[in-house]
Amino acid sequence: MSIKFGLLALLERGAMYGYQLRAAFEESTGGTWPLNIGQVYTTLTRLERDGQVRSLPESDAGQRPYEITEAGRAELAMWFATPISRTDRPRDELAIKLALALTTPGVDVRAVVQTQRAATMRTLQEYTRLKAKSDASTDLPWRLVLDAMLFQAEAEMRWLDHCEASLVRHRPAPATTRPESAPATTQPAPAPSEEEARQR
Amino acid sequence: MNVLELRDVHRTHGTGDTAVHALRGLSLQVRPGELIAVMGPSGSGKSTLLNLAGGLDRPTRGEVRVEGRVLAELSHRGLAEARRRGIGYVFQAFNLLPSLTAVENVALPLELDGVSVRKARREALRSLADLELTHLADRFPDQMSGGQQQRVAIARALVGPRRLVLADEPTGALDSETGEAVLRLLRTRVDAGAAGVLVTHEARHAAWADRVIFLRDGVVVDSSGPLAQPEQLLAVPGAGA
Repeated sequence: MSIKFGLLALLERGAMYGYQLRAAFEESTGGTWPLNIGQVYTTLTRLERDGQVRSLPESDAGQRPYEITEAGRAELAMWFATPISRTDRPRDELAIKLALALTTPGVDVRAVVQTQRAATMRTLQEYTRLKAKSDASTDLPWRLVLDAMLFQAEAEMRWLDHCEASLVRHRPAPATTRPESAPATTQPAPAPSEEEARQR
Repeated sequence: MNVLELRDVHRTHGTGDTAVHALRGLSLQVRPGELIAVMGPSGSGKSTLLNLAGGLDRPTRGEVRVEGRVLAELSHRGLAEARRRGIGYVFQAFNLLPSLTAVENVALPLELDGVSVRKARREALRSLADLELTHLADRFPDQMSGGQQQRVAIARALVGPRRLVLADEPTGALDSETGEAVLRLLRTRVDAGAAGVLVTHEARHAAWADRVIFLRDGVVVDSSGPLAQPEQLLAVPGAGA
């Protein structure tokens, strides 16, 4: 998503100037998306150029508030009505990493899966701690952001479990087996994986 | 002192070629105020661990200590007493007695232990109040939702002097909001000084624990404690335009 829609949504509440917008943006994303004031002003300038916001006269303190226009409102309504597409998100590096781990000789895929699992679990624990600290009555927007991150991390855990189960089913031998074509004599013996080392 | 300690615990079922090694040298310490989650695929040893911790099973080798006492060294009677006074269980099925009200269910373990009915009721009410469940005290199980029953089961698991709670998939049949409420409660109780071991296959539930240990084939393959710098999670990569 772009900052643009965030600012339009905030201006829908009423006219605001740059610093107010930045504070409101950070508040509504629970500080997960820090903005610098330059990004706010660049975006406002672009929105004004496209006729989606209008600048109002400066206040005595020298602050220039902006208000949303009808065109801006239509753009915002369109954004809320359109689902986010998976293709808008960056490629999943983790999926690619696991696929490569599976086909790269000498890589213990289960150890790769487990390393990721522990890291994702840590993330889940931290989000949960933040959620436990938040107040259900006052922090609902922040909780929704946290829930989104929690569910994503949970989905990743499930996917990792699924990957591991598939590995067990399809490759019962230790994951250090090499492809037939690799001339064993020219390859050094594989170092024990972390997992094997732990089991000793 | 650790409330629960497992020292190099092995549990083997059967002998020779058909032997199944459910646990192979597991060590674990749980302190007061600490909640440990145990995750792992089916057959990884999760339930065996819980059964050993609760004195329902004995290790083939190694030691299980609850509040400093080695369970295997206790007499049959001593073990029963340790289980009754020291350890609380929460199961997937709530296991409340249908003919007793919530407060009677919570008071039951104390009454079985010889505490007077009046005193047991007072303690049970206190346990329910700690968990903000006073309004459910006089309801029978069939007058409560699954989530409410499970919260009452947690109150029962930790009534009186018991400081160790063992939970086996306690959120199994509950929807995600209710499951979360149950875990929030377990967390609160542990924060107040109990020690807890939670077996679950739900990562989101395990995340309520201070430490998550991953079992596979009877050994701990990994564990996950708190991050040194939690704020790093909130730096969203690529946050910008």
